[in-house]
Amino acid sequence: MSALNPHDPASPLLLEVENLTMRFGGLTALDNLSLQVPAGKVTSIIGPNGAGKTTFFNCLTGFYKPTEGSVRMHHPQRGPMLLNQMPSYHVARKAGVVRTFQNIRLFPNMTVLENLMVAQHNALQHASRFSLAGLLGLKDYRQAREAALEKARTWLTRLNLLDRADTVTGNLSYGTQRRIEIARALCVDPLLLCLDEPAAGLNPRESAELNELLLYLSREHGKGILLIEHDMSVVMRVSDHICVLNFGHKIAEGSPQHIQQDPHVIKAYLGEEDKDTEEAAA
Amino acid sequence: MGQFIQQLINGLTLGAVYGLIALGYTMVYGIIGMINFAHGDVYMVSAIMAVTFITLLSALGISSVPLMLVLVLVIVIALTSVYGWTVERTAYRPLRNSTRLAPLISAIGMSIFLQNMVQITQGARVKPVPTLLPGSLELFTANGFTVHLAYTQILIVLVTVALLIGFTALITRTSFGRQQRACEQDRTMTALLGINVDRTISLTFMLGAALAAVAGVMVTVYYGVVDFSIGFVAGIKAFTAAVLGGIGSLPGAMLGGLIIGMIESFWSAYLSPEYKDVATFVILILVLMFRPSGLLGRPEVEKV
Repeated sequence: MSALNPHDPASPLLLEVENLTMRFGGLTALDNLSLQVPAGKVTSIIGPNGAGKTTFFNCLTGFYKPTEGSVRMHHPQRGPMLLNQMPSYHVARKAGVVRTFQNIRLFPNMTVLENLMVAQHNALQHASRFSLAGLLGLKDYRQAREAALEKARTWLTRLNLLDRADTVTGNLSYGTQRRIEIARALCVDPLLLCLDEPAAGLNPRESAELNELLLYLSREHGKGILLIEHDMSVVMRVSDHICVLNFGHKIAEGSPQHIQQDPHVIKAYLGEEDKDTEEAAA
Repeated sequence: MGQFIQQLINGLTLGAVYGLIALGYTMVYGIIGMINFAHGDVYMVSAIMAVTFITLLSALGISSVPLMLVLVLVIVIALTSVYGWTVERTAYRPLRNSTRLAPLISAIGMSIFLQNMVQITQGARVKPVPTLLPGSLELFTANGFTVHLAYTQILIVLVTVALLIGFTALITRTSFGRQQRACEQDRTMTALLGINVDRTISLTFMLGAALAAVAGVMVTVYYGVVDFSIGFVAGIKAFTAAVLGGIGSLPGAMLGGLIIGMIESFWSAYLSPEYKDVATFVILILVLMFRPSGLLGRPEVEKV
């Protein structure tokens, strides 16, 4: 595979991970991982439980400080920036990287719409001038608020959630909450969307809708998507590129077709073929 | 009858003050899950500052009472907010990721520090100020008992109501309020959406201190005397109010404040003024035993 060029207009390089290592005491959760994620494509990370997938996400979003290596975001306007040296909130605000969690982390006591408004607070806060304009209901603030509501409604409509806008999120079903989490992440206007097992707990119909959404976001909106997923029906259908981790090592990388036939991957997922069985079969 | 109405008025005034302080406790608890035991002393500092500035402004020849009140309020609110910010920045933020007990101990240390600082710099004597708003309305007389409504009491209730309206609008309708509620529910996720959580927490401390400052100025104007030790008892009572209302609940803090104010006022009038503090603390114990989530609080649901 040729190295991605950040200036290639078709799919510019967004995220460049170089020799990322994360150790917890004696345990090496990520070992010398290098990876490139382009815009407008879906890049998946798969691997058995404990392979280091979520640790990788935590290193991207400032949750963990990697032991070694670097995570560089190539922002089309602001240039390259090192995510591993940024505070968490800059990762979303400045670098445009937003993630979702394996276990849903919505604000359960807020309505769906409020959840989406929290994600747009930077624009609102700017317009509200220390909350004064907001309290007094000045024109600037009302316009910013209208724009934020409009964006929230656009994504709610796209994700078939508009009729739930004023429901308190804690009361909604699991599948719906998952979609709200994605809608909320989209309200941050991310360049790179990192989804941690978005298909977990979804029924087949919801899962098919998710596939369609991921392809839509990457193809139509040019968003880079980094996906951790166990559900192979999602991974194989939407991924442009797959990276397989096992015990923190990258054991394979390539297109879905390539990965499905890779002996290392089969070994990691199914275990090594037992010599005794082989002999018995012979 | 007359006595009853009079105590109702007194209780309401006292309750408004406790409620304002209690809001600071409950907001801080809501956002970082700790009891800011230095909050009562921040309130005390604001009362001392009120004495200073009332004296100073009178010396400068400001004789208009409304102008004086507005000036003192603005100055004291601004300075007390800086105290709130400093307390958080120096005593709590460095301990943000340590054990739950550490910031609590640091809070008690901060409380002792503030008290001693004021005692050393201002002296331990009780500080009087001239009455700014003398006089009262005579409402009615029943059985030889005249019910008074002091102008200061009207002022306290009006300022508190106005402040609560503004404060409620801030929390429920502005972007800052939404950000603050988001931090209460999930700080990590809030940061990952691009919100500066540390700044939101700082602003929350400043807001809590500002409300305490209003209470401090009002109490100074109402009673006319303050000293370095008023923060402790007022703080514990406001804390009781916050727990009674349901810690973490903003309307609960105000409701708790009013109830504590009423109880104290009626207890002093009908039973014994010496034991009025006991009444408050018995309530604290009873609430903790039988309804730890308070009147308006949500019981904490353990996630599985």
